[in-house]
Amino acid sequence: MTNSIPVAPAIATAEGSGATVELVGVVKSFAGHRALNAIDLAIKPGEFVALLGPSGCGKTTALRALSGLEGIDDGSILIDGADVAAVPTNKRDIGMVFQSYSLFPHMTVQENVEFGLRMRRVAPGERRGRAAEALDMVGLAHLGKRFAHQLSGGQQQRVALARALVTRPRVLLLDEPLSALDAKVRVQLRDEIRRIQTELGITTVFVTHDQEEALAVADRVAVMREGVIEQIGTPEELYTTPATAFVADFVGLSNRVAGEVVGGKALVHGVALELLGEPQPDGPVTVYIRPEDVALASEGIPATVIASSFLGSLRRTRVRLADDSFISIQHDVDLKPQAGESVHVRLKGAPVSAVPR
Amino acid sequence: MTRSLNRTHSPAPSRATRWIILGAVGLLFALPLVSMVEFTLRGGLEGGYTIDRWVTVFTGQLGPEFRQLWLAIGNSLLLAAVTVAIMLVLLVPTMILVQLSFPRLRHGLEFICLLPITIPAIVLVVGLAPVYSVVSRMFGSGVWTLAFAYGVLVLPYAYRAIQANLDSIDVKTLSEAARSLGAGWGTVLFRVLIPNLRRGILAASFIAVAVVLGEFTVASLLNRVNLQTALLIVNKADPYIAVIFALLSLLFAFVLLVVIGRVGSVSRKVRS
Repeated sequence: MTNSIPVAPAIATAEGSGATVELVGVVKSFAGHRALNAIDLAIKPGEFVALLGPSGCGKTTALRALSGLEGIDDGSILIDGADVAAVPTNKRDIGMVFQSYSLFPHMTVQENVEFGLRMRRVAPGERRGRAAEALDMVGLAHLGKRFAHQLSGGQQQRVALARALVTRPRVLLLDEPLSALDAKVRVQLRDEIRRIQTELGITTVFVTHDQEEALAVADRVAVMREGVIEQIGTPEELYTTPATAFVADFVGLSNRVAGEVVGGKALVHGVALELLGEPQPDGPVTVYIRPEDVALASEGIPATVIASSFLGSLRRTRVRLADDSFISIQHDVDLKPQAGESVHVRLKGAPVSAVPR
Repeated sequence: MTRSLNRTHSPAPSRATRWIILGAVGLLFALPLVSMVEFTLRGGLEGGYTIDRWVTVFTGQLGPEFRQLWLAIGNSLLLAAVTVAIMLVLLVPTMILVQLSFPRLRHGLEFICLLPITIPAIVLVVGLAPVYSVVSRMFGSGVWTLAFAYGVLVLPYAYRAIQANLDSIDVKTLSEAARSLGAGWGTVLFRVLIPNLRRGILAASFIAVAVVLGEFTVASLLNRVNLQTALLIVNKADPYIAVIFALLSLLFAFVLLVVIGRVGSVSRKVRS
């Protein structure tokens, strides 16, 4: 309902008050299946780290292990150097926002936000003041007397955020807090979370399966797959220098093209491309090429246009090559290729990831 | 074709049909009640009608032969209270625990809780008789011990009422949210979950009270005195007074059920 969020003074926290968080060799199994396979992750104070991956990759399990809602089988979880693996959730001093709406239905917004302070036996006067401040921070100070069912989804998640932050936790954990919201509110709240996190300097772990969301808000993104972290780095690093084919495929769009490694380079349709990551032995490979690393040209690899989509600031065209493989090309909106049209495709020569076929 | 397209199809029966159904069902329920009332107002051998018996009951002028009736009412109310307490202390936390930590056990728990409704009371008593010889040794033979059996009898009704409420709230997320905010399990239970289960718990409690007030077989066969067994004895002395008390107990159960509905609708109105 509320579309514009006034920027209000945040809860007073000292700059850089976030804690260091470390997962060291954390293992967690469910009925014989290893959801977390000895993962290591070190997060600096005040850093915003996103755990990104497909369903079942272990990202939510990692977050729940960090919160204490899920016990671990092996390894240690350190917050500011202290192992909290055996500390119950309610003693870990964390703030958490959940995927599903988690406001207590029988309490007003104000009472919800005060709940954590009440648990910490904060005096009523200070409690009310801090709750009002937290609600002000998320732009909902005027809705303190409402109940959860009288709020929109976005407002409920804002209140949940205020409730998680009002206790000034050492770590903020966000478990896909935007996935139940519609696209527009999602982007607004995403930016809002980032603004508040930056103002408070609180160490934040954000779980999402939406790569755009992760790349947009996080300082660093950890890409997870089958219980391990495949790569952790800044959004730019992940996008431009993916360490594995999985990362290349999962983060951003990639064309999968048949090629061959010859002398340490990937040969694709006669074009030699630099290889990212570890050197590979000669042999047939699948090469991952970004749509923006391919261009429509007057000469090059002959192709036939299958479809072309207008995406606002750019256009994406899908073509079929002579060997019946397909490639997506990202290009300027002024170029408007028609389905069935014969065109030529040129590889721009950007480094690529590849896996043996 | 055009005519059939223009014809409106209402998913609900017509007003007349509704009234006919309501009238038939109402008659079915009202007939025995009206007959009971009519019976209590009969003038006896002289004929005609009188409200003297009702006056006698409400002015406390019943003879000493009815003393057992008051004792039985006290017993039934005590049994209702203990039964509700047993249900609240054992069933509610068990259901929350299963919902939170052992969801796979839910069907097993449901089966166990619904089982008593499929077993005739007489069969239950046959099974309970040897159990009660042990219960009597441990807790004495006070009438309140009957509440253990009644706790089993009310399980199906209480389970359904509470489970419906549990299904309507996200118990797991609410408890995890409370835990993440620093709440211990006691706080999670009493300050977060139970306030949201109030309607289900109230419904379960009132239904339990209604079942206990109407129970005869188990109390009679285990030689305990409750309202229904006392009514049978009173019936032999004065059937008119017995029917008046039967009507009053029905009215009490009816009021309880109305209260359930009222509590739910009032809380909904307040919140919206």
